[in-house]
Amino acid sequence: MPVFDGAPARPISVEQTYELRLYVAGQTPKSVLALANLRQICEQHLHGRYTIEVIDLIATPQLAQGDQILALPTLVRRLPEPIKKIIGDLSNTERVLVGLDLRVRA
Amino acid sequence: MSCHTRRVPLELSPRRELPKTLTGIRGFDEITRGGLPKDRPTLVCGGPGSGKTLLALTFLVNGALQFDEPGVLLTFEENAEEMASDVASLGFDLRTLIDKKQLAVDYVRVERGEIEETGEYDLEGLFVRLAFAIRSIGAKRVVLDTIESLFAGLKNDAILRSELRRLFTWLKQQGVTAVITGERGDGLLTRQGLEEYISDAVVLLDHRVYDQVSTRRLRVVKYRGSYHGTNEYPFLINADGISVLPVSSMALQHDAPLERVSSGIDHLDTMLSGQGFYRGSTILVSGTAGTGKTSLGVHFLDAACRRGERCLCFLFEESPQQLLRNMRSIGIDLEPWVTAGLLQFHADRPSRYGLETHLATMHTVVADFKPTVTVIDPVTNLMTVGTSGDVQAMLTRIIDHLKTENITAMMASLTPGHNAIERIDSTISSLMDTWIVLANEAVGGRHRRGLYVLKSRGMAHSNELHEFALTDHGLRMLHRTGEPDGRSNQYIPERVSRDAGV
Repeated sequence: MPVFDGAPARPISVEQTYELRLYVAGQTPKSVLALANLRQICEQHLHGRYTIEVIDLIATPQLAQGDQILALPTLVRRLPEPIKKIIGDLSNTERVLVGLDLRVRA
Repeated sequence: MSCHTRRVPLELSPRRELPKTLTGIRGFDEITRGGLPKDRPTLVCGGPGSGKTLLALTFLVNGALQFDEPGVLLTFEENAEEMASDVASLGFDLRTLIDKKQLAVDYVRVERGEIEETGEYDLEGLFVRLAFAIRSIGAKRVVLDTIESLFAGLKNDAILRSELRRLFTWLKQQGVTAVITGERGDGLLTRQGLEEYISDAVVLLDHRVYDQVSTRRLRVVKYRGSYHGTNEYPFLINADGISVLPVSSMALQHDAPLERVSSGIDHLDTMLSGQGFYRGSTILVSGTAGTGKTSLGVHFLDAACRRGERCLCFLFEESPQQLLRNMRSIGIDLEPWVTAGLLQFHADRPSRYGLETHLATMHTVVADFKPTVTVIDPVTNLMTVGTSGDVQAMLTRIIDHLKTENITAMMASLTPGHNAIERIDSTISSLMDTWIVLANEAVGGRHRRGLYVLKSRGMAHSNELHEFALTDHGLRMLHRTGEPDGRSNQYIPERVSRDAGV
């Protein structure tokens, strides 16, 4: 696990828009939970400056290869760069925020 | 059980073996009696550089090219793009296969430690990708190389393990024959214990270096519901790809042809009940240095080529050029047969490889050239690269194979000194059908050459020692006065008769 050495790797401006993609496969309990968790976190921390695109791989399996999706659900932060990935049902808000660079790793 | 049950003799009852999928890998389909279990996953494990990926890829490429079975390669290797160029050197054109929809490749990259994990997840994404690739080309074969890489990228081992179990179960339902590669682990067949999940068939590859000589070996550790060879089999990776040696056949079941082949020397044929050797038999020619072993072999080759037979000659001492030159001095020119494509030489230094590799090479050369006559000169030089036990095992395998193919083989054996004849040759003589002993003796200021048939199974052969000379018209038998003649003579040097126990 990378060790955080003080300051965030790169400062993120307040106006920066977050382009998020959530990969799921059908309406599984995990995917429903993940989307609900994601919406809540975004509303709370990124109000008005985020987009969420949900990609159901059952309908579009060919999209899995491009973002190197293995685990589901996977949240991909496409913008701001670099691309970040968080897997799981996003139930641990703290870790999601760290993963999105919205909070410094404790 | 019903009393109406028909009793079927055991040997006549139909073999209830599972359906299999041919790999097209030379030798492998023989030791597995038909290839890998059809529609089931097989684990192929081994250390780094043991040839796992190559074996798996060959399975896919052969499937596409030989059996009209498209294949999917799901690779987790970090340098997967380089793989295409690596295997191109073995004649695999992955690009073309992909373009023709005979192969689909998905490079799976797992960013090590880069992924944040929060809460429950599964590996459905992997399933989706695999299913998509299978569907896109109607794949019948799948290779996962090397799925253990997932353990480096994802932290939750418990999820990984349950998902792998699910994956292998799922694979069985897809109607695909799968090969899963795994890195050899400490005390386990694979690092992550994949053998726990894949129980249908397990193949172990090994690459050993012993005495600075490298040998690759393959073993079928497990094959549920099927007979298989349990030995370690040497295998080769060369310009033609991978080939495994089914080195010892399951039983002594060679045909015993009655056809005879000439030794190329009329008088010797006469000594062998008038008709020469049995076709498909193995002949040992032993003697000390300079007794004419090679000359005898060359006569045999020359005669076979005259009959239009294909001949293969393994040389472990001389180069083909040396042999051709030397044999011209006794009036035998083999060059035309080489030009005509009837005779092929295969010269190697014995120390160049280990015994298994020699064996594997000889096997491959025989399979490619398809000779009916083979000469190995001298077979004893191979003893320098192994113990007598190893050499005997290897010769048994070669002879087994040659007999199965009905190839008549003559092997020259160099005996270091007079007294050692029996001892040295006893390791291999029991494998031989015919044993001809050559001996030199200086008698009355003259160097005299003698020849006798020590044994020849299945025929009434001469028991006398016959004198011969190497003339510029080849090997000629002599009678007592030293003149070329077809009759036997009484030349029996004392020492030789004692050695031979006559």
